Amino acid sequence: MNVKQKKNLARIIIAAALLIALNFVEIHGVEKLLLYAVPYLIISYDILLKAIHGLKNLRGLDENLLMTIASLGAFALAIYEGGDCNEAVAVMLFYQVGELFESVAVGRSRKNISELMDIRPDYANIETANGLEQVDPDEVEVGTIIVVQPGEKIPIDGVIVAGTSTLNTIALTGESLPRDVSIDSEVVSGCINLNGVLKIRTTKEFGESTASKILELVEDASSRKSKSEDFIAKFARIYTPIVVSCAAMLAIVPPIIFGDWSTWIYRALIFLVISCPCALVISIPLSFFAGIGGASREGILIKGSNFLETLSKVTTVVMDKTGTLTRGVFEVVAIHSKNLNFSETELLHLAAHVERYSTHPIANSLRKAYPNERDDCTIENVEEISGRGIRATVNGQIVTVGNEKFMDEVGAKWIACRKIGTVIHIAVDGEYAGHVVISDAIKPHAKQSVDEMQIAGVEKIFMLTGDSEKIAAKVATELGIKNYRSELLPADKVTEFEKILSAQVTGKVAFVGDGINDAPVLSRADVGIAMGALGSDAAIEAADVVLMDDDPLKISRAIKISRKCLSIVKQNIFFAIGVKVLCLLLGAIGLANMWMAIFADVGVMILAVLNAIRCLVAPK
Amino acid sequence: MKKTYKIDVDCANCANLMELEAKKTSGVKDAVVNFMTLKIKVEFVDGVDVKEVMERVRENCKRVEKDCEIFL
Repeated sequence: MNVKQKKNLARIIIAAALLIALNFVEIHGVEKLLLYAVPYLIISYDILLKAIHGLKNLRGLDENLLMTIASLGAFALAIYEGGDCNEAVAVMLFYQVGELFESVAVGRSRKNISELMDIRPDYANIETANGLEQVDPDEVEVGTIIVVQPGEKIPIDGVIVAGTSTLNTIALTGESLPRDVSIDSEVVSGCINLNGVLKIRTTKEFGESTASKILELVEDASSRKSKSEDFIAKFARIYTPIVVSCAAMLAIVPPIIFGDWSTWIYRALIFLVISCPCALVISIPLSFFAGIGGASREGILIKGSNFLETLSKVTTVVMDKTGTLTRGVFEVVAIHSKNLNFSETELLHLAAHVERYSTHPIANSLRKAYPNERDDCTIENVEEISGRGIRATVNGQIVTVGNEKFMDEVGAKWIACRKIGTVIHIAVDGEYAGHVVISDAIKPHAKQSVDEMQIAGVEKIFMLTGDSEKIAAKVATELGIKNYRSELLPADKVTEFEKILSAQVTGKVAFVGDGINDAPVLSRADVGIAMGALGSDAAIEAADVVLMDDDPLKISRAIKISRKCLSIVKQNIFFAIGVKVLCLLLGAIGLANMWMAIFADVGVMILAVLNAIRCLVAPK
Repeated sequence: MKKTYKIDVDCANCANLMELEAKKTSGVKDAVVNFMTLKIKVEFVDGVDVKEVMERVRENCKRVEKDCEIFL
């Protein structure tokens, strides 16, 4: 609690104690009024001042003025009828309790969320002649060598030039498994260095580094308001004038007909107490704020309350295959020798040699499968033939590595493989030697994610891929995805996605991709979700929801978080409006008293705020 | 041009009122008040004196909500 809150708490306690004490004192008339005025003024002087200030500036009906009228009116009635002054003081007392609670609760969640997002580095260490010096990370230029000691946060993105260590990335990705890094590893800011001392050459400015970007993104998120928030803001604007006009009518019209002015004025005062829209106005943005905060702890960055809202309405999810459901890294899954002169190792050996200078992903996977490629074999006349493969002379023999067309051209009698994947044939001096099958592995949680999305209420799941029909069919069957489109060029993906979008009747369509070459589709989707975005600015830029690591399970989690948050928002809207309307009706027919009105105002607000805070906890 | 300022305000409804007032101030193209992060993001009309506009925004906000503050 800050000073202001403590002061208000003290005022509440003193006023409440005085009020209780006064109930044991036998007094009447003017003395009673004077005595009750003491706790009343203690608790409400600031509201009275604000009300006067508002009147002076022709502010119209703000809540300070309404509370002032309600409480002064209750006082007047109590004196006039010789009744109970407690209600008049209680209106202000509980109004202040509500205000205090609101400010404490909101302050707590602000703190909570900033602690969750505790990735802002405070300093960077720079090596100088006098040892290490701590400087403001904002002042560190690109290319500077910074030192990160164990237990410290990496302040700026960069590349390791000395040292090895393990990094804790939990604040960024929600992934608790530490990551090993060594020389030449790229590291991002916000990670915590666990054991070794690291020297890092910065590659970005502080403001452009991952930690700063993420913080900016999360802080900006609640500025993009959702439809629910707009609705409540508009509702609040009309709600108060309507209730106040009802109160005015209630105070004048029925007594002209039936008489009994004091009863009707009392009922009108009840209306004024209920006319404050606080519960709604605070609980809805708080729910979204807490929801976005809770999600970011899981490594799910939602770029706006509006996207959280749309995500909760998603019934169709379209996924890119490579990099989203599969690793996007090709691995050798089988080697089949079809010639007795070549062993399987020998095949891989030759293929890796031929692919030595190629940057194609296939070449990378072949070299990875045969790590000792740089031996003393001679490799000459390397020739890359686009759409076919590569040919080179290895130790005097012409080795051809490529697809079926290439084999036909060199006259090698190739044998088809039954294994699904990309088949790379190898021929030596025009004679067929065998083939290597490489394939992209499905991610460990892909199947679980698809299942959980369906449980969460996603009706249709599509998979789009540029890969061959055979590979697509295999992955789709394995994951239990019924709808897939294969052999799509990047441009086809957009057209295909638009077809899905236009076929959609209700609900929203999300697209999940790795953000590398699917930016056009990401931006066409109702919600674009980019995966594995840690360190990829382009993906963070293009997407509406950013999953910091590449675990597909995060997709279903994000959907679940959004659904929980929106159901809490709905509960709060219906509960708060419902209770208020009910109390207004009961008040109008004389079944509600001032205490019920206080509950409808303050009690509902407290309950709605507590409910909103539940959004912080992501559902399992 | 867009700029973000820190603000201080006690209640969510007051924050909405501040937003309305800021939007109405001349020289301001659009304004968003974020009660949860206590920030106001102001988009200015091209070519205005930002400092002078913000003074007026603050004045207008203070008129509707005495207790609020914009840190310029």
